[in-house]
Amino acid sequence: MTTSELTDLLWVGLQETTWMVFVSTVLTAVGGLLLGILLVLTAPGGMLSAPALSSVLGFVVNVARSLPFIILLVAVIPFTRAVVGTTIGTDAAIVPLTIGAIPFFARIVEAALREVPPDVVAAATAMGATRRQIVGKVLLREARPGLVAGLTITVIALVGYSAMAGVVGGGGLGDLAIRYGYQRFDTQVMIATVVVLVVFVQLVQMAGDLLVRRLSHR
Amino acid sequence: MTGTYVIEIAGLRKTYRAKGRRDRAVVAVDGVDLRVAEGDVFGVLGQSGAGKSTLLRCVNMLERPDAGTVTVGGVELTALKRQPLRLARHGIGMIHQHFALLSSRTVAGNVAFALEVTGVPRNERRARVAELLELVGLGGRADAYPSQLSGGQKQRVGIARALAARPKVLLSDEATSALDPETTESILRLLLDLNQRLNLTILLITHEMTVVKRICQSAAVMRDGRFVESGAITDLLHRPGSELARGLFPLDAPTALDGHTVVDVTVSGAEADAPLLAEVARRFDLDVRILAGSVEQLAATRAGRFRLALPAGDDAPLNFLRERGAQVSPPVAEPVAQPVDRPEPTGPATDIDIRGAAS
Repeated sequence: MTTSELTDLLWVGLQETTWMVFVSTVLTAVGGLLLGILLVLTAPGGMLSAPALSSVLGFVVNVARSLPFIILLVAVIPFTRAVVGTTIGTDAAIVPLTIGAIPFFARIVEAALREVPPDVVAAATAMGATRRQIVGKVLLREARPGLVAGLTITVIALVGYSAMAGVVGGGGLGDLAIRYGYQRFDTQVMIATVVVLVVFVQLVQMAGDLLVRRLSHR
Repeated sequence: MTGTYVIEIAGLRKTYRAKGRRDRAVVAVDGVDLRVAEGDVFGVLGQSGAGKSTLLRCVNMLERPDAGTVTVGGVELTALKRQPLRLARHGIGMIHQHFALLSSRTVAGNVAFALEVTGVPRNERRARVAELLELVGLGGRADAYPSQLSGGQKQRVGIARALAARPKVLLSDEATSALDPETTESILRLLLDLNQRLNLTILLITHEMTVVKRICQSAAVMRDGRFVESGAITDLLHRPGSELARGLFPLDAPTALDGHTVVDVTVSGAEADAPLLAEVARRFDLDVRILAGSVEQLAATRAGRFRLALPAGDDAPLNFLRERGAQVSPPVAEPVAQPVDRPEPTGPATDIDIRGAAS
């Protein structure tokens, strides 16, 4: 394989990975945030205490998190067809990636929100804040460093999951490493792909850390 | 006192179920009646576990009492649903032991938060924030984050925030317990100043005798969920066997002396500074011994308490003291049951010790 062929492969793979990870991150951020908030609010003794709903949600999250991603990927194929109209390609891979990452991020959101000291919430309640104000201006705002750190972890997990997108023809760097590097014993492609992935993950982590430092005033 | 009560609590009870043990309930507040007059500074004194924190949290319904009524500013909070209760809370400020500030907002932002919550329009907030920070002496620190402040400064932010909605009542939950003595003093001075300038009614809970001494006009001693005694400090001082009097003026001296009558004498107001003992000595030609005692400036009044030894056999000097407004009673052995100025007991052993001495 010539250098320019390799560069083309890597470039296309990088674009596919970036697209899959970007879109599923945006969707996961929204979905995971909502689910995480719901987990905190409905917990027994929470602001919308609903123990039954809380345990159902918790169970669903745990089930989704127990499934190996490769199984989830196949299991949601009918749903993927309904949403994006096809079951193969990069866009089709985004659906299982998002479904897999939402419960993961929701648990991180839940943990981050629980870190907000109870007396800060009590103080806001005592001031006569509405529940919406408490969630928006106290819980989410105070937990922002933890939420950003958690989203960074999620993005990197998505980079890992996206390697399996090849199963549904999603492409991406991970797929490149599997097909060329592993199945065709092309060490050169393998190493090149891994180097690009390492740099990619490194950049994501550095950006996340920088943002957390900016947001944290503890 | 003006006669109108800003806070009225009647028959308040609150029980907690111990986690995982339905059979074991912990009674935190066990039938408390409390009235706080407008402009009063009322201190509830007790050790940790006495139920004072639960009591305070019931005043603004952070905890729903199981029984009894809470009325603040003429509104019965125990009868309110969520929404009207939320609005009623705007009229009740609260400050906290660990300040409970938003770490993600600046000093100005923390005060502005209280204004946002109470619906003050954006264009009025800035001026009001500046005014409030000036009021608590933090004019120059508006842009600092709480993590950059000292404990005393954090509590000043807490106070500014609590006053944002111009409340008539301030609840103080151990507001000085996390502060060193000097800072405590400055925060207490600020609270007293606000009490006088804004006619702010303050209900505070504390385990520190200094707080009661420095700023309270009235007080209650709380133990095991009940008030052991409560009332105006000037009245409590003259009540025989008052735990508050003993706490404020611990008398560390023997309770008996051969050939002598030993008594505890409490005086307040003008009599505290009158040459009363000299007068007794002169008039009855007695050798009066002072075994222990002091005269101090309290927020409520000047007061003094002494343990005296008089030659046995004659009640006339004691009657004379009583005529002059002093409270005279048999001595009570130390240690006093009430917490004096020392940190909260941490171990269970200390707890048992102190309770044992009380009974």
